[in-house]
Amino acid sequence: MAVIEKIPAAKLIHKIPGGGFFLTTTESLLKWGKASSLWPMTFGLACCAFEMIAAGASRFDIDRFGAGVFRASPRQCDVMIVAGTICVKMNDCIRRLYAQMPEPKYVIAMGNCAISGGIFYYDTYSVTKGTDSLGIPVDVFIPGCPPRPENLLVGLMKLQEKIRNEKNADR
Amino acid sequence: MRTDEILAIIKAEFPDAKEETGSDGIVIPKERLLEIARYLKSPPLAFDNLHCITAVDRKEKIELVYILYSIGERHGITLKIYLTLEDLNVASLSELWKSANYLEREVYDLFGVVFLNHPDLRRILNPYDWKGYPLRKDYSHPQLVVKPRL
Repeated sequence: MAVIEKIPAAKLIHKIPGGGFFLTTTESLLKWGKASSLWPMTFGLACCAFEMIAAGASRFDIDRFGAGVFRASPRQCDVMIVAGTICVKMNDCIRRLYAQMPEPKYVIAMGNCAISGGIFYYDTYSVTKGTDSLGIPVDVFIPGCPPRPENLLVGLMKLQEKIRNEKNADR
Repeated sequence: MRTDEILAIIKAEFPDAKEETGSDGIVIPKERLLEIARYLKSPPLAFDNLHCITAVDRKEKIELVYILYSIGERHGITLKIYLTLEDLNVASLSELWKSANYLEREVYDLFGVVFLNHPDLRRILNPYDWKGYPLRKDYSHPQLVVKPRL
């Protein structure tokens, strides 16, 4: 007995002559879609932004991973790449931008400054010590000062892996 | 014009302006700042560009530094004013040079020097509700992590 006959309502399925078909769950299809089409926010705060720009340009081409559509509005994005030093004056702005992003949303902390404050950790009054100290959950941390574009691409692939392996639709 | 020639002209016009050893600067009393600035802006010295206003915390006093430049004459001069910590008020130069507006806001933000008759004396770099003046030597902040000395 062929596989197609085990499916309920198999009579409704018409097989294209010479074609194949595959079975999947809606959840994994959804996850595949989410992971393959991430829309990052244009959000460069300091020098890491240039590495992000380089990753978006033709030499490194972040578009190969489906994350090349940088949007200028948080309402059209699902991943915020925090690229650079977060100054105290920027705190409210970052919180507001994160709140404006529609669910499901993900955060990549790019570079040492966005992870912990980096070289500005000690003896600095004006720098926030990391993205998660603002109460924003970070999915992927990319260390480096600044990280090379390849590192950003690896971080992006880690995020895609994380999205694909999410246990349930908890986001 | 050379710096010593400029200094000679200023000292001839304003006898209470003093030369400082170890720098090109000229120290003036703060009461005469506006008067001297007006003289410097007009010909023959024609300092049409207020390049920089900054300050140095010398602990017992605050040193205010004005760097002037003349684009036409291609010469520059540094003015200094010493302010005591009890009286940190000084006249604003924003009516003479437009660039003084933001530069004075920066000095106010970081050192707490109050510029009288400034059109818009608010903080410029730090948030508006910031407490204290960060570039003072005695400044501290609750979230400041002091680097351990090895």
